[in-house]
Amino acid sequence: MIAPQELIERITAAADYEDCIVIVEAKTQANLRWASSTLTTNGVIAEQTVTVVAFVAVDGGIATGSITKTSVGLDEIAGIAKEAGLVARAAGKAEDQAPLLRDKTVGDWKGAHNATGPDIFSAFAPQLGDFFKKSKTDSIELFGYAEHTHQTTWVGSKGGLRLRHDQPAGRLEMTGKSHNRSRSTWEGRATRDFSDVDLAGVDAGIRQRLEWQSRSAAKAAGRYQTVLPAGSVADLLAYLLWTSPARDAAEGRSVYSKKGEAGKTRIGEVFANLPLNIYSDPTYKGLESSPFNVATSSGPFSSVFDNGLPQEKWEFIKDGKLHGLVSTRSVEKATGIPYGSGGDNVIMDIPGGAGDLNAQIAKVKSGLLLTTLWYIRMVDPVTSLLTGLTRDGVYEIKDGEVIGAVNNFRWNESPVDLLGRIASAGATKVTATREFEDLGRTATPDVIFDDFNMSTVSQAN
Amino acid sequence: MSLTQSRQVDPDFLALPLTAVSDAAIQTGLSLGASHVDIRVERVRTGILQLRDTTPETQIDGSVSGIGVRVIVNGAWGFASAPEISADKARELAKVAVAMAKTSGPLSTEEIALAPEPVYAGKTWVSEYEIDPFDVPGAEKIVRLAELNGSLLKSTAVNFASAASMFVKEQKHYADSYGTSTTQQRVRIQTHIEAFNVGENGFESIRTLAQPAGFGWEWMGNTAWNWDAEISELPTLLAEKVAAPSIVAGKYDLLIHPSNLWLTIHESIGHATELDRALGYEANYAGTSFATVDNLNKLQYGSSLMNITGDRVTPHGLSTVGYDDEGVEAQRWDIIKDGLLVGYQLDRRIASRAGRERSNGCAFADSPSHVPIQRMPNVSLQPNPTGPDFAGLVAGVEDGILIKGDNSWSIDMQRYNFQFTGQQFHRIKNGEIVGQVKDVAYQATTTDFWRSMKTVGGPSTYVLGGAFNCGKAQPGQIAAVSHGCPAAVFDKVNVLNTVAEAGK
Repeated sequence: MIAPQELIERITAAADYEDCIVIVEAKTQANLRWASSTLTTNGVIAEQTVTVVAFVAVDGGIATGSITKTSVGLDEIAGIAKEAGLVARAAGKAEDQAPLLRDKTVGDWKGAHNATGPDIFSAFAPQLGDFFKKSKTDSIELFGYAEHTHQTTWVGSKGGLRLRHDQPAGRLEMTGKSHNRSRSTWEGRATRDFSDVDLAGVDAGIRQRLEWQSRSAAKAAGRYQTVLPAGSVADLLAYLLWTSPARDAAEGRSVYSKKGEAGKTRIGEVFANLPLNIYSDPTYKGLESSPFNVATSSGPFSSVFDNGLPQEKWEFIKDGKLHGLVSTRSVEKATGIPYGSGGDNVIMDIPGGAGDLNAQIAKVKSGLLLTTLWYIRMVDPVTSLLTGLTRDGVYEIKDGEVIGAVNNFRWNESPVDLLGRIASAGATKVTATREFEDLGRTATPDVIFDDFNMSTVSQAN
Repeated sequence: MSLTQSRQVDPDFLALPLTAVSDAAIQTGLSLGASHVDIRVERVRTGILQLRDTTPETQIDGSVSGIGVRVIVNGAWGFASAPEISADKARELAKVAVAMAKTSGPLSTEEIALAPEPVYAGKTWVSEYEIDPFDVPGAEKIVRLAELNGSLLKSTAVNFASAASMFVKEQKHYADSYGTSTTQQRVRIQTHIEAFNVGENGFESIRTLAQPAGFGWEWMGNTAWNWDAEISELPTLLAEKVAAPSIVAGKYDLLIHPSNLWLTIHESIGHATELDRALGYEANYAGTSFATVDNLNKLQYGSSLMNITGDRVTPHGLSTVGYDDEGVEAQRWDIIKDGLLVGYQLDRRIASRAGRERSNGCAFADSPSHVPIQRMPNVSLQPNPTGPDFAGLVAGVEDGILIKGDNSWSIDMQRYNFQFTGQQFHRIKNGEIVGQVKDVAYQATTTDFWRSMKTVGGPSTYVLGGAFNCGKAQPGQIAAVSHGCPAAVFDKVNVLNTVAEAGK
């Protein structure tokens, strides 16, 4: 296959319209999956996408169109450049037009993709094998997944953009079950290179939680003071962010719209009972992500015209108030809501938050401790009411101590409302989501919420 | 309508060196000690077109192509994939896959074996569709969606409209070391159109009931589905919904339309009867199942009116194929018979592990980069041959709610506790529809719900519904699947008020 840089040079040279942006994403991945303490599947994966975005002058403005392919051969270069131009012309004048960035270089343009592969697991895999053996001896079944990915993104344009970013990502998930699968727990870790994955810590966590489940009691549906570990707090933030386009809010059709006041949003309104912050920041330590904006297509969250703009800190909730919404430059022009692309990581911090999960448990007189949230879906976008389940361990806390396990619940809660019911929180830490991996890199604290609505009981364990 | 004969696999896919590539992978794998090799050469093209009111907002035309090679060496799996389609790359991938299998060996205590299947050499299969969506000019597609949105926007009840269409063409060449080789092409389409009302009390929306299916662009005419008719009714339905009273939470008889019931079938039956889930293979991710193997031929899943089949043969079905991704021929079988659990969904490895003689053909991989795993066939509720028509079903409900269209869905990891909402909720009193209500969610435990099914509609109420976005496995895979069902009545189901649930 042709090197990405050469491909970009040739396609942009072949494009005979106003401007042409070519985005090449090269990805390599190694993964291992296991169930009942034996490996079930694995993979060594290489993927590539080449997206050609055409910007064509038409009556009254610029039209855009894009084509994405896995690979483009030398004999296909003129064809794909032409095809993208045709898609643009068919679409007509774009609504999201804004001046294109030109002549900018970021990163090592010329270097090849730095591939990852199975070697990333060279220390981890034998250790995992040891834990499989140990778990079998102790009648614990382990289920899980380990994945490591390197992705290189090149953004080049006819107008002189030459941008490159390299993104490592990895995760380890481990479910432990015992006693005929009547007990179940989960541990997750986010990592960039697996060097910091503490399998012994994961194993210890699983054993402690399974032991906590030796005492169990039935608990009725109702509202409880509830400790959510950092990973489930991150999962809870997903829909807050996924419903945050500025245009929807300005049009009156999101939870961030001011009811009954056409065109007005809730920006500036107090959302949280503590001066907390929710934001993205490409320089956040441990969650480093792309310093420039990449958009292969336009939509509520992005505009192809905004390709290459610096990815700066984007503040969604600041000091407890709604501060920003996801806005393109064209939406900014139409609504006045400043440009903000949402970024590639999510951080929540609560001033004064300190201590680990045990410190939060110690603060609860009577309540519940969750492990993870699961199957979270939007029920009512007007209030951002979500539903979901608790998964892999719900524990009862009395006087600051876990006294045993209780059943799982279906919960119905609005994260917007929950931001106003924070009793206490710990220190922000890099964490792994359980359900919404596509939220990207996350750092959140463990949080104690008041009156969490456990709507019905689930028999699942 | 069957135009299968006239449809061929596209010449530009057949022009790829399919045989040379698959032979290279199989020979290399076998020579390096693999006891089994299979290879897929794939190209999947996906188009997305979204309009905000009458203007295009998002347009995507993406195609993913590549090779995936899977081997078994000393009873352990190895898999490797790459985006380049050539015999040299296939040989290289076979080597990487064999090395991966050898690395995996020490971590694997289960010896992988595959249930036997006859050899099918040189088979071709193409799904039933008339117009390849990628042959239709972009401007023509935009015009059709803009026309439908534009028609909605003429009503004062509609402030905004959005249209989203997604169309896929999947081309797949499969070959394995038993001698099977198949080349297949499938096309599918999904279009949703939603109307929004923004008023003093916030916003409300309503979406079309049209289902995704294995059709081409002909789906967007008015023959297979009458779009113009559905769009013309939507503004009135939206206006009624805005003005509708909020439901009083409690127990109601539910008459569930196929446009809603397909999703309940998907979640509470489809996923629960995947044998790999029931055995624990998805315990870390998608979850397990309450319908464990000790329940087979014992568990009364639902009322005696409940007959559920699995199949990969239904015309226009989203899971319909000629052969699966392990070279198993498409089949149809019983999953639930007269309310009793009698069958599961299988791939060749799971079938072998469970001591079955044959897989029922549920292996699927969503891209060349992913391994085939057991994925859902079309799982469908059979109509009652002598059951009532829709009017008859309504007439039989004394105090209940008719639910149409899917919306929010959620179910636990063992498939017990679910909660669904919908697009339209019509109150039924004494056998008559008396007006819409809103803020409805229904919540139940799977077996309680299906045991409460007291009337199953006749064949005239049957609709093939489905989804494009069913998720499973790590790394995550997405599959399209159909669920046919009649309308049916369920006795006294727990109904929640979603405004009350949100209140604090």
